[in-house]
Amino acid sequence: MAENTNAAGEVAAGAPPGMPQLNPDYFANQIFWLIVTLLVIYFVLSRVALPRIAAILAERQGTITNDIAAAEDLKAKAEAAEAAYEKALADARAEAQRIAGETKAAIQADLDVAIEKADAEIAAKAAESEKAIAEIRAGAQDAVKEVAKDAAHDIVALMGGKADEKAITAAVNDRMKG
Amino acid sequence: MADEATSGGGLSFKPMDQFEVKALFGGDIGMFTITNVTLWLALAVLAVIGLLVLTTSKRETVPGRGQSIAELMYGFVYKMVEDVTGKDGIKYFPYIMTLFMFILCANFLGLIPMSFTTTSHIAVTAVLGFGVFIAVTVLGFVKNGASFLSLFWVSSAPLPLRPILAIIEVISYFVRPVSHSIRLAGNMMAGHAVLKVFAGFAQVAVIAPVAIVGVMAIYGLEVLVSAIQAYVFTILTCVYLKDALHPHH
Repeated sequence: MAENTNAAGEVAAGAPPGMPQLNPDYFANQIFWLIVTLLVIYFVLSRVALPRIAAILAERQGTITNDIAAAEDLKAKAEAAEAAYEKALADARAEAQRIAGETKAAIQADLDVAIEKADAEIAAKAAESEKAIAEIRAGAQDAVKEVAKDAAHDIVALMGGKADEKAITAAVNDRMKG
Repeated sequence: MADEATSGGGLSFKPMDQFEVKALFGGDIGMFTITNVTLWLALAVLAVIGLLVLTTSKRETVPGRGQSIAELMYGFVYKMVEDVTGKDGIKYFPYIMTLFMFILCANFLGLIPMSFTTTSHIAVTAVLGFGVFIAVTVLGFVKNGASFLSLFWVSSAPLPLRPILAIIEVISYFVRPVSHSIRLAGNMMAGHAVLKVFAGFAQVAVIAPVAIVGVMAIYGLEVLVSAIQAYVFTILTCVYLKDALHPHH
């Protein structure tokens, strides 16, 4: 280093030769104060700073662990709640299906009864109507027979013949059949 | 300081002036004199207290900025000790932390312009280096007894080579404190001297811009070196401690 200084510029007259680091006059002073410094730092660190930081870190670790445990707990609870909800939903759905089935069956039964009743009524009405129609038809045939006899009688009379009741009736009956 | 004046038109470089030990209140420098060394060592103590004690006073579970830094440094050194020396080295963590915090704070305080860099003095780093060396050697013999010497007997090497290796191992073991202390002092001193040389060039108007950019660049480098040297010193201490605890290769 001394060569450096010489090469770079002139050494000032008052400056001590060489490096101040190598001047043994100052060694005792430096060493004494360094040891004092190291002892002070050591005591500050070992008595105050390091236990305190260790405590802070341990406490944080504890808090994190607790929080994670609490979170796991809450998650388990949420899962249980979800399972319960799913179960309730499934039960409700099954119940609804059962009620729907029952209702459907009851309605079907009612409907069957009503249809049967209606069928019977319709059949009765139809029979009645058929009877009435038959009667009407029979009545109409008789009336036609009467009219035909009368008409035949009148026609025979008009033609100057003498109407034979029995022959006319037989003829009309014979025609009505054909 | 070197920037005082250009005497007689020539450049005045006094890059080593910054390392002068001076009595703060005059008088001769004896062992207990309050000097600039005392002042900057005291400031280092205050910096350590400020970084690790004041920042953690609130003991927040969710740390603020200051507390994060304190926890970061604690975690950094703790992990280093644990990784290098193993579980049984943890009880020496406060000593290692003391070394790391002192060197880190002293290095960074030394980067303040006009300050005094205590770790640039071989007297300081030699105490640290030989302190570690003696402590580790004593610890090695106390923990392992005579079998601590197996550190020098490389049992994995072929038998004829072992004596030669033992000599090399012994030499390297005794060179450790020297390299340990000179590495730190040399790095700090060289960086600061280079800064001063660049600052000296700033006296010449023509090259002043270059010199100032150079000072800034070197300053950035020195910030890096300050942290790295603190780290290197600490991790080597951990390695030596590991050798003392587990001397068998």
